[in-house]
Amino acid sequence: MSALSFERFSYTYAGADAPALRDVSLDVAPGEFVILAGLSASGKSTLLRAASGLVPHFHGGTASGRVRVGGLDTRAHGPGELAAVAGTLLQDPETQVVMATVRAELAFPLENMGFDAAAVARGVEEVALALGIAPLLDRPTHELSGGELQRVALGAALAGRPQLVLLDEPTSQLDPVAGDELVWLLRRLNEECGTAVVLAEHRLERCLAHADRVIVLEDGAIACEAPPRAMLEWAGERAPALQTPSARLFARAGLRPPPSGVKEARATLRAHGLGGDGVTPRSVVRPPSAARRPRRALGRRRAEPAALRARGLWQEPAGAPAVLRGVDVALAPGERVALMGRNGAGKSTLLRHLAGLQKPTRGRVEAQGRVALLLQHPGDYLIHERVGDEAGPLALERVGLAALTERHPRDLSGGERQRLALAIVLDGGEPPAALLLDEPTRGMDRAAKGDLADRLHTLAAGGAAVLVATHDAEFAAAVADRVILLADGCVIADAPAPELLSGGWHFATETARVLGGEGRALTPEQGGELLRSRMIADVRA
Amino acid sequence: MYRRHASVLHTARAGVAGAYGSALVLLALCFTHPIVLGAVAFTAVAAAALSGVGRDVARAARFAVPVALLVALVNALVVRDGLTVVARLGELPPFGELDVTLEALVYGLLLGLRVLTIVVCAALLTATVDPDALLRGLRRASLRSALTASLATRMVPVLARDTRRMQQARRCRPDGGARTRRAQLAVVRAVTTGALDRAVDVAATLELRGYALGRRPPRAGGRRWSRHDLSLAAAAAALLALVVWGLGSGAARVQPYPRLVLQTGRAELALAALVPAIALAPLLSRRGVGGP
Repeated sequence: MSALSFERFSYTYAGADAPALRDVSLDVAPGEFVILAGLSASGKSTLLRAASGLVPHFHGGTASGRVRVGGLDTRAHGPGELAAVAGTLLQDPETQVVMATVRAELAFPLENMGFDAAAVARGVEEVALALGIAPLLDRPTHELSGGELQRVALGAALAGRPQLVLLDEPTSQLDPVAGDELVWLLRRLNEECGTAVVLAEHRLERCLAHADRVIVLEDGAIACEAPPRAMLEWAGERAPALQTPSARLFARAGLRPPPSGVKEARATLRAHGLGGDGVTPRSVVRPPSAARRPRRALGRRRAEPAALRARGLWQEPAGAPAVLRGVDVALAPGERVALMGRNGAGKSTLLRHLAGLQKPTRGRVEAQGRVALLLQHPGDYLIHERVGDEAGPLALERVGLAALTERHPRDLSGGERQRLALAIVLDGGEPPAALLLDEPTRGMDRAAKGDLADRLHTLAAGGAAVLVATHDAEFAAAVADRVILLADGCVIADAPAPELLSGGWHFATETARVLGGEGRALTPEQGGELLRSRMIADVRA
Repeated sequence: MYRRHASVLHTARAGVAGAYGSALVLLALCFTHPIVLGAVAFTAVAAAALSGVGRDVARAARFAVPVALLVALVNALVVRDGLTVVARLGELPPFGELDVTLEALVYGLLLGLRVLTIVVCAALLTATVDPDALLRGLRRASLRSALTASLATRMVPVLARDTRRMQQARRCRPDGGARTRRAQLAVVRAVTTGALDRAVDVAATLELRGYALGRRPPRAGGRRWSRHDLSLAAAAAALLALVVWGLGSGAARVQPYPRLVLQTGRAELALAALVPAIALAPLLSRRGVGGP
């Protein structure tokens, strides 16, 4: 019996013109790890909601065909009954947790399933130990970080030991470390407990190596259903936006087959005699970007005119450790800079200080004009009923939304909302001297990221200094020519992007990790060029 | 906000700790005599300090003081009973002739003190009783009420965070977030719309966790009554008995008008002494509580 099966299933949301799912047929075997891929609004979330019973029991609408979850027909069984055979985890961790303490949250689904007190207590202990959240059991849920909340929500979904777990972009609101940890956890559950996993994810490079199969959705229909490598080959021809950086690197270099992860990519390079050891003599002897380097860089820049400059910025909250410790930062007009660092390093706080939203305890900020700040959640900027009321026509035209002035802002897609929020902060007579963006790529597909990178290039070319706080090394490489690394409120490195993003493990692009920092290539395009030139040199030799 | 501490009240089962806190609230509701209210307020503050939630209770009290003063002021201005006029404010439309009497002023202050005491006791209750355990009990009694309470409790921190973020986003607008009534209304409308979206998300999560199956949670069997459960339950019962005795005997009666009469004798002093003695005694033994 399949863990999940769709038979010619179609579904249209109430009031929608077009179906969200069209004639979908698929089977997921017990213990299988399946990835759902596709651009935004391709139907991934709807498919998962149909599998969990929310469609149509919770959302209404019109459905045809049949969905069976662990043998239960979703037409006859609602989400509550299906929860015993399929755990579901949605995107936003904040609305995924409904009780005040972690222990109560994990006990809640078991109590609803009618377990007795002893079975509830045992179930809570088991799931807490399996997911490594036992130390959190008596913590209040409102004090947990996003990563911890998502783990707890996963624990609640798995508490009844379902044979299938459905996950809708569970890492989209998490930083890369928490996201990677969650994916590894799923892998462990899949391998050790035999739980079938259906995971919808934009960042395929994060999870492709773990998958047995990938299902690609386009406009609500299945466009491709294949193992990871075959899917990447298909994507190379039909959907380039779904290619991982490694696959694009190989395509540029003319190498086949496309790798599903860094390890496989290195093995293929070794087999072709193109290195792939991950360590080059240069990367071994290259000195790390140390504290002296930012001082030198700053000293050099002190003489240059700055669009935005922070001098000796301290943020020392009462009764808590300092968040910023004497930060010096200078951005030249037209410069594009990425601000990186782990969670809690002080990135968002620094941006707020630079934009004047917070007053520093010590130090000062100097700007040669207006400083525009785009915060993490673009939806927070949208307060009117019409797109045309949110920003002026010129600003809307600049972000490509001039045709949507009559639409309701909340009806826009994620990428369009991001562009509208950008138009709002850029609106007004005076163009900003500096534009600051806080984690602008969360939950974005690759096409939307590329679009945003192009817009930032255009704005910088117009003279605005651009500073992007991001965890996304690929995006940083695409946007920035300089990277500042923060740790514990201090600038620990400030260097050109090729130097900083090619020499590490965490703060490095996938291309740099595959090539071991060779040639300081960051993007698949640069890496492809490097490999091609090496192949030509080998042939000549 | 509830946070588990190493204290007798946090260690006890939620039903017992809830009964203890409720008994203090009931005392504040049933008596207006300043000696008794003072004793109840002192007891609540001392219990909060012994339970490690002094700051939470102090924060609630800070918010309640302006409300208490407002109650006192309104009573003094609105009530026309009392014989001792202390201020003649003249004709003030639409109230007419305003005479402030000593009786109305004092009784207003007593009502304010009662508000403050109730808030302090309620804050102690909120900070020491696990809401999940109480909700669990409620689910056994009434599923629909518990569903509403579940949604409401979860929505409070979510919406508070949303509102903070939206206010910051408003300040990022080029005009610095216009402070016109129209702009403020737009923000309120956006928060409300967002709240509906959030409520739908939380409701979907409740569905996915099987809440709609309507099964009653199991009784917390197997857990025996601890010494703290027993002593707190006894204290709650004794406080309840004090309320019944006080009301039945007419002790601590306050007659505000026409002339203020505050009955103060052995009965009132006994009430004021017994409340802290009964309520605080169980909190002093920390055996089996652990922590610092």
